[in-house]
Amino acid sequence: MKSLRKFMDKIKPHFQEGGKLAKLESVYDGMETFLFTPNTTSRSGVHIHDSNDMKRTMITVVVALLPCLLFAMYNTGFQHFKAIGIDASFWQMFLFGLLAMLPVIVVSYVVGLGIEFIGAQIHHKEIQEGFLVTGILIPLIVPINTPLWMTAVATAFAVIFAKEIFGGTGMNIFNVALITRAFLFFAYPSEMSGDKAFVKLDSAFGYGGGNVVDGFSGATPLGEVATNFDNFSTSTMDAFIGLIPGSPGETSMIAILIGASILLFTGIASWRVMLSVFAGGLAMGALAHSLATPTYPASMLDPLAQLCFGGFAFAAVFMATDPVTGARTKIGQYIYGFLIGVFAILIRVYNGGYPEGAMLAVLLMNAFAPLIDYCVVQANINRRLKRAKAK
Amino acid sequence: MLSKRNKEAFFNPLSKDNPVLVQILGICSTLAVTAKLEPAIVMGISVIAVMAISNVVISLLRNTIPTSIRIIVQLVVVAALVIIVQQVLRAYAYDVSLQLSVFIGLIITNCILMGRLEAFALSNKPWPAFLDGIGNGLGYMIILVIVAFFRELLGSGTLLGFQVIPQWCYDHGYMNNGLMILPPMALITVGCIIWVHRSRNKELQEK
Repeated sequence: MKSLRKFMDKIKPHFQEGGKLAKLESVYDGMETFLFTPNTTSRSGVHIHDSNDMKRTMITVVVALLPCLLFAMYNTGFQHFKAIGIDASFWQMFLFGLLAMLPVIVVSYVVGLGIEFIGAQIHHKEIQEGFLVTGILIPLIVPINTPLWMTAVATAFAVIFAKEIFGGTGMNIFNVALITRAFLFFAYPSEMSGDKAFVKLDSAFGYGGGNVVDGFSGATPLGEVATNFDNFSTSTMDAFIGLIPGSPGETSMIAILIGASILLFTGIASWRVMLSVFAGGLAMGALAHSLATPTYPASMLDPLAQLCFGGFAFAAVFMATDPVTGARTKIGQYIYGFLIGVFAILIRVYNGGYPEGAMLAVLLMNAFAPLIDYCVVQANINRRLKRAKAK
Repeated sequence: MLSKRNKEAFFNPLSKDNPVLVQILGICSTLAVTAKLEPAIVMGISVIAVMAISNVVISLLRNTIPTSIRIIVQLVVVAALVIIVQQVLRAYAYDVSLQLSVFIGLIITNCILMGRLEAFALSNKPWPAFLDGIGNGLGYMIILVIVAFFRELLGSGTLLGFQVIPQWCYDHGYMNNGLMILPPMALITVGCIIWVHRSRNKELQEK
């Protein structure tokens, strides 16, 4: 550690004004603060209220995502060996999943951080940590079979058009990871749905691979509900445990709940948003279930199943609670979360083309979050004005 | 014939005073007809024709039109011209006219047209008004063609209907970007062009 500190101190002059590499100052700064705690924080006065900073917040979210990530690796291997009909041990499955997901993680980080670094150099700003979380979210919500170049294009699009254009970390209107997925979903629909997208059948770096067994279907439960409801056999319990096909991170309710408890325990995410998303989903699920018709097969699912299938829970815990794109006021958070839940199930049930309603619902409500906050604040101001006048 | 003022009337709309990039007019049709290059070019030529002729006609009539009914007169002139263009397209380029559907008819409501008639033709002689019409029409068409070029190339892999992206790219996993065909990407493409244009013309940048 000491030698690293010495090395950083030694090369520092090159990056300061007048140095040879002054243009790369923010890269140096980013690396230095990544490796060492910056010693330039204010030490007195009103600034100190918590030792928490953005890096720690981001890292906490990454830690909360780890259960999902680890389970995703295991499940990727599990689905793979199930599809080719080979009995494999736990570690074989995990190894396969690791090898299958690693390239996606690397691509997501290299492309996203690369663009952030370049953007910071151009604007002579510090490099922000915002992509740490986005970079791990993307591999978790993009189907495992998506070609890497598509993931790269979509990540680049999302970082540039959903984030850098608005002014970088903390200024974006829409959730960057969801924009990545939405871009993929609309640009390459054939790669993003159906029964070929969600189970990796070919080998990963020469590991695994084989012939598909008869009767194999890689469709997600929700895809099956939409196309083949009579033979639908996945129970809610299966979806709760999560050994089902789907986007890597979204399948296991257990892993998501562990992540949710970490987020809530550390106070990073808003429990109001999380709770109201589930409430909204339950309410809309119950309404749809009471009006169930075979025309919309997804309405036959009972409300609890609606919460466990698909990306609903993942979106509720990790996407809706994004403090940058969500509502800030307390009442606003209830409204914002509730409507996300309602729209997610509404789109899923009544628009067969988009089983992934949660993604679209969060993006839609992202656009309305500032308006909700504005209305809540205005209502408060009016109430107080009235009280002042009454006196 | 080509005094400094006339030159400005013709050349300004091409870049510095571009109707789409700077005045942000005619966005609706820019988003709607640019999924393919061919309809975009036909649309551009139609707008140039309607714009040039209506500018001249209104400029000739400018001293006789009562101010209170000038919008009606302008609309009648433009509507007559648009119907002629529509009939010509149906006669000689039927397929394209089907692709453009209502948007040829909607040239009547194109803001660029009414804007130029109000702001320029009503107070200028026919020759400068003609140049202004051609200039603004060209400025509109340039943007249409640029947007349509990228949308057709990335969205369909073709240009003017000819396959441009070779087959071996598709064999190696390349796919057309379906989002480019949808209107949102047209808006983002126009945004990118405005971005490049503003960064090249610093005097246009808003504070």
